[in-house]
Amino acid sequence: MTRENSLVSAQWVEEHLDDPKVVLVEVDEDTTAYDKGHIRGAIKLDWTTDLQDQVRRDFVNKQQFEALLSGRGVANDDTVVLYGGNNNWFAAYAYWYFKLYGHQDVKLLDGGRKKWELDSRELTDELPTRAETSYTAQEQDTSIRAFRDETVEAIGVKNLVDVRSPDEYAGRLLAPAHLPQEQAQRAGHIPTAANVPWSKAANDDGTFKSDEELKEIYTEAGVDWSKDTIAYCRIGERSSHTWFVLKELLGQENVKNYDGSWTEYGSLVGVPVVLGDEAGEA
Amino acid sequence: MCGATEGGLSLDGIDVKKEAIVQGQVVRDGSPVGNAYVRLLDRTGEFTAEVPTSATGHFRFFAGDGEWTLRTLAPKADPVDKRVIAATGSIAEVVVAI
Repeated sequence: MTRENSLVSAQWVEEHLDDPKVVLVEVDEDTTAYDKGHIRGAIKLDWTTDLQDQVRRDFVNKQQFEALLSGRGVANDDTVVLYGGNNNWFAAYAYWYFKLYGHQDVKLLDGGRKKWELDSRELTDELPTRAETSYTAQEQDTSIRAFRDETVEAIGVKNLVDVRSPDEYAGRLLAPAHLPQEQAQRAGHIPTAANVPWSKAANDDGTFKSDEELKEIYTEAGVDWSKDTIAYCRIGERSSHTWFVLKELLGQENVKNYDGSWTEYGSLVGVPVVLGDEAGEA
Repeated sequence: MCGATEGGLSLDGIDVKKEAIVQGQVVRDGSPVGNAYVRLLDRTGEFTAEVPTSATGHFRFFAGDGEWTLRTLAPKADPVDKRVIAATGSIAEVVVAI
């Protein structure tokens, strides 16, 4: 993938607002943001209810995903353009999720909702109507999804990229600082993981930095481009943002997102954990 | 229990004693700005978190002990940086004028 076929600008979105084959989808951490105003024609996906199994900690299965997209009027040959708040954290998560289930044409709005708002572009509270479709998903593409055992095996072998803030990496905070800090799991990071906060990849307005800048950031942080990579954060959304950068913008092969992330790893019995700012030994 | 500042965001259900809270309001000419973004930068200037302001211009972070910078972005305004000290068990109140 490249920037040209995985990312669109706010201007491009504005020019395609009336294109029936372009489906705008808003996905936000704050699941009420859409209700207060959204880009005209955009539908909403709620990451907590639409994209998560409501009993087990896992994603909705293939049949549930098919029913979800069919009901919301998304067709297999639609161009899906995702955007959201928090610099596209959850939109990038949904992008990765659409890729996981094999949607062909999916893109991110560069800068997401913040860029759109800072540009003073129009938001509406009008709800769109889309005719139901018959959506067919593929089996999950686990070449982009890492699970806990392969993450433990990757210590000292693959690139592990911890994309949380330096204070979360070091164990000084347990969650992003807009959330309460009381958490069940231990603090710290996976040994040998490089700390490259997702935010290093984004400008203040939420747009992605240039490919040259991005390549330099990860190279300087010690990412070995000849190795496979697993990115993780706390629950897998910020690491989707970094997965998008490495895989879709920079075209790196074999990049996985570990969606279990720190809430799983930091609760595992018997695995090694490093505290402090150093990566630690395997 | 409600320990929030009058007119601010509710702290119901949050154990304030365990949190180092930084919160406040973004205003322009004395009026609340409901479409701003406030970023929390750590002592090295690294991004730590970001929130959109509420309809009443309010924002809140659960930081750690120490010095932080709030960077506020809003339509048709230059970014504004404000330094703030957070401490566990207390609430640092900040008004950001853009």
